[in-house]
Amino acid sequence: MKPIESFEVPPPPRVNYINATYGLKSWLLTRDHKRIALLYLGSITFFFFIGGIYALMIRLELLTPQGDFLQSTTYNKVFTQHGIIMIFFFLIPSIPATLGNFLIPMMIGAKDLAFPRINLLSWYIYMLGGVITIYALLAGGVDTGWTFYTPFSTTFSNSYVVATGLGIFINGFSSILTGLNFIVTIHTMRAPGMTWMRMPLFIWSHYATSLIMILGTPVIAITILLLAFERLAHVGIFDPALGGDPVLFQHLFWFYSHPAVYIMVLPSMGVISELIANFSRKNIFGYSFVAFSSIAIAVFGFLVWGHHLFVTSQSVYAGMIFSFLSFAVAIPSAIKVFNWTATLYKSSISYDTPMLYALGFIGLFTIGGMTGLFLASLAVDVHVSDTYFVVAHFHYIMVGGALMGYLGGLHYWWPKISGRMYPEGWGRFSALVIYVGFNLTFLPQFVAGYLGMPRRYHAYPPELQVFNVLSSAGASILGFGMLIPAIYFVWSMRYGRHAEPNPWHLPGLEWRTQSPPPTENFEVTPVVTWDAYEFAPREETEVVGKFRPELERI
Amino acid sequence: MQQGWIPLIPESASSFSWKVDALFFYLSGVTLFFALLISTVMIFFVIRYRRRTPYEIPRPIAGSHKLETLWTVIPFVIAMTMFGWGARVYFEQFKTPENAIEVYVVGKQWMWKLQHATGQREINELHVPVNRKIKLIMTTEDVIHDFFVPAFRTKADVIPGRYTTIWFEPTKPGRYHLFCAEYCGMNHSGMTGSVIVMEQRDFDDWLSGNIGSTTPATAGQQLYQTLGCASCHGANGEGGRGPNLIGIFGKDQDLQSGQKVRVDEAYIRESITNPQAKLVMGFGPIMPTFQGQVSEDQMVQLIAYIKSLHGTGESTPTVAGSPSPAARPGASPTRNIR
Amino acid sequence: MASHATTAPEVHGHRALQHHFENMEQQREAGTLGMWIFLVTEIMFFGGMFLAYTLYRSFYPMAFASGSNHLDITLGAVNTGVLILSSFTMAMAVYFTQVGKQRPQVICLALTLVLGLTFLGIKAVEYKSKWDDHLIPGRLFAGNPFDPVVAAHGDEDPHKLHLLEGATVKQVEMFYWIYFAMTGMHALHMIIGAGLLTFLLIYSLKGRFDPEYHSPVEVIGLYWHFVDIVWIFLFPLLYLLGRHYLH
Repeated sequence: MKPIESFEVPPPPRVNYINATYGLKSWLLTRDHKRIALLYLGSITFFFFIGGIYALMIRLELLTPQGDFLQSTTYNKVFTQHGIIMIFFFLIPSIPATLGNFLIPMMIGAKDLAFPRINLLSWYIYMLGGVITIYALLAGGVDTGWTFYTPFSTTFSNSYVVATGLGIFINGFSSILTGLNFIVTIHTMRAPGMTWMRMPLFIWSHYATSLIMILGTPVIAITILLLAFERLAHVGIFDPALGGDPVLFQHLFWFYSHPAVYIMVLPSMGVISELIANFSRKNIFGYSFVAFSSIAIAVFGFLVWGHHLFVTSQSVYAGMIFSFLSFAVAIPSAIKVFNWTATLYKSSISYDTPMLYALGFIGLFTIGGMTGLFLASLAVDVHVSDTYFVVAHFHYIMVGGALMGYLGGLHYWWPKISGRMYPEGWGRFSALVIYVGFNLTFLPQFVAGYLGMPRRYHAYPPELQVFNVLSSAGASILGFGMLIPAIYFVWSMRYGRHAEPNPWHLPGLEWRTQSPPPTENFEVTPVVTWDAYEFAPREETEVVGKFRPELERI
Repeated sequence: MQQGWIPLIPESASSFSWKVDALFFYLSGVTLFFALLISTVMIFFVIRYRRRTPYEIPRPIAGSHKLETLWTVIPFVIAMTMFGWGARVYFEQFKTPENAIEVYVVGKQWMWKLQHATGQREINELHVPVNRKIKLIMTTEDVIHDFFVPAFRTKADVIPGRYTTIWFEPTKPGRYHLFCAEYCGMNHSGMTGSVIVMEQRDFDDWLSGNIGSTTPATAGQQLYQTLGCASCHGANGEGGRGPNLIGIFGKDQDLQSGQKVRVDEAYIRESITNPQAKLVMGFGPIMPTFQGQVSEDQMVQLIAYIKSLHGTGESTPTVAGSPSPAARPGASPTRNIR
Repeated sequence: MASHATTAPEVHGHRALQHHFENMEQQREAGTLGMWIFLVTEIMFFGGMFLAYTLYRSFYPMAFASGSNHLDITLGAVNTGVLILSSFTMAMAVYFTQVGKQRPQVICLALTLVLGLTFLGIKAVEYKSKWDDHLIPGRLFAGNPFDPVVAAHGDEDPHKLHLLEGATVKQVEMFYWIYFAMTGMHALHMIIGAGLLTFLLIYSLKGRFDPEYHSPVEVIGLYWHFVDIVWIFLFPLLYLLGRHYLH
């Protein structure tokens, strides 16, 4: 076996994208995708901690069944704002706008995204949406739940619905522009030799994510616009008293918001594919299956919104169709999990922090995905919908899935992004703390949910207290675990060990340039002659059964 | 509920709650199996194939179509068993049975108002007899609510402008939680109550101890007179300038447009609030709208009255509250007082 | 974008080539694909309103027919013609840019802009008459609530609302809300399009475009055609469906 070429530790990089120009203006007017990624990184971290504080307030309140820490109106605002901030301002932009923005051009050998100015514009739009939302929260908050169900949100709520809606509406365009930029970049900007079947799976999953972004986000935009008009002008489109249909809102809302779950988890799956392959030094098992399952998830994801309406007087037969399709969308996810596991077979696994996150992801995502089947299953969903079972399920997907992938990816590419290594020992320790804290927080909620604890309850029957105490204990551990990386990442920017261009010894294009990369990413445009994750020459590839690898590369 | 140990599933107190539980256990079993399978295999690989030397490169494996087919088909088959099972139980949960005791439910921020067909009104409490099918006909005065009884494993959203129904058959006397499960504003978590399941005899006692209000059908009859419906639909609903109302409930009605419509709660409601929407064959658009003049409670009473008009030549409303004793020979006659 | 001095000199060093593209062909391809994808998002955006239209039309067909019959079909038809003509001049502008004829290119762009503004003007006239007839739904304008005069049977006054059998004023308000939402959103797109055309016109007068660099004209042309096509759907849905109830 031929070892991968190891670089000498280089002298401190000459000019890179961080020290190329100085001054606030050079950052605020930058068109460099890497700098924009850092702008995003800073802002989503800010929103993440706001959302996290809300989460801790929720768990503090639910320690006791009486509802004594917060008033019910305050509690309603807290959980609403937790949802809005975390979903629209953290999870949806998290991986695509930071890691995706930074890495998509580097991984396909391009100098930048196709539309650098639009990329910068999307950050400003995001910030504008964020500022308006923060204004709404400070002015008095919003108490409709992140789902904005009518007619409560249009007629009955006494809070800043329109301002918050405006923030989300504006923020949506940031998402649309990011998706548009990614698709065009992936189509037109690949380096010579970088064929579709040679692209890293991170790119495939971002391609699928971008499809959802451009197809789904406009629908939520128009929905929120109609909602705002309804609230301001009372034209009646969602108001039964004026001849409208409140359930139409739910259909429009979930037509975006269900696929939005895949906006959150697909990029994370892409990160996990990178981590699993690279930290076991092995090409991914069944590359094309993993790649196309991303596309399949994106497509099927648009056909299942009705499973949020099983108990909303939807016809029984519509329920059955949506249930069937929801089971169908589980299959591509299952394929991914099996392929990741199979990749580990006869590989060379390192226990570095990113890999710990990846292994944690597979476990948590399996539980999150399988409990999704409970909710797709009609009869069980009737019992558990709108209970803590649902809350636990989607946190397993969004925190156990999306957030684990995000943290794993951030550790993995940190040397490339910052040019410094993070402290490995602390990294492993915090990964463990987060894993334990997460499970302790959300496993008990499955039980509380099946016992019938409805979500968005600020006071609950006393016999359910034990599960809530466990959950709150877990949340404090989870919160503590999140602080550790926040501290050591900041620390490492100044004191971390200098990173080599290729600290993990990997074949990907992003590792074939200096750390941090120069502004134009590569000295010369690379010519790609290898497959993704090609650690050893192709001739050595083992053939399992009758499988022929050249078929895999159409 | 608490007996020194902590229950992991809620009490099972309706005729289909065990079926939901059985499916739940099946799903849990499959989940546990796959979670354990994946983690065991993963942990085994992670230990067995740990990196031993810094520069080792394992032999690449491209993939296997056989394995891919296997782990596409097997999960699909398992998923289909879940789908089929879930759909079957769901169908049963939402196929409203004949001869159920009807209770009208009106949700309102933040309380449940219930009225029995025999006239008893309750707030945030529902008394029902054990081993009898209960059908709830539900609507709301304001926002969307959701009627959720964990012990019965059933829930349904209550939507303004619509009637939704659920049914259950309690199998065990006791007091069970009633929750509003759809977020409805400030005091959402206070919109709770109890369903009290009683032995038939206790229930009869409870009913007789709670006379006082008129039945919804009788109240509906009074409304029918005071709102002036009688001037067109006839003193007893036999029709006149407006269409006949006797015996139409549950039947198909021919419309002016040539279509047919099934007369149900939603159609009656629509015909009262928006009379021009679906005109009955042979009648002109002469009825004024009663939108805003009839509260949700009154609407329910009018519907109960029209339901009570049977086509067997009776001119007075029969005693409200199906099933009538004739339909269920075993039923206690005291249910049908007045 | 010459701010990045580190860029290696390109083989095809057209002055409009941005630093991160390899050549003009790649840049043009990216621009066109970007616009197509943007138009896909626009379709989804309008799709939400088309869904609301479909739903409420099936709920209240007679009310929709009543509202539709009150619209001015002549102005609507003229506007359709104006837009189709503007699409033609736009297509010609793209053609003349591709073959590098500046004068006809400027003329075509100017014509397109004028036709677009004509459309907006006619639309404003239509909106004004709706305002006069008290057909603005909701309570956006406190002084002018939705309160049309319902015509009695046989009354032919075009300023009164002729309710068909089975329709109520409330439901007609729903039609007008959807009418204003859809045509208003379309008009907003027209205004944006007119702005883009102005920009093209200025650049075109300065002679910035040539056969190798014509993608802005092409891309904005795509956008213009899309906005026209939306109208091609709006016109029959809002103006024509339900006409047969008149006879």
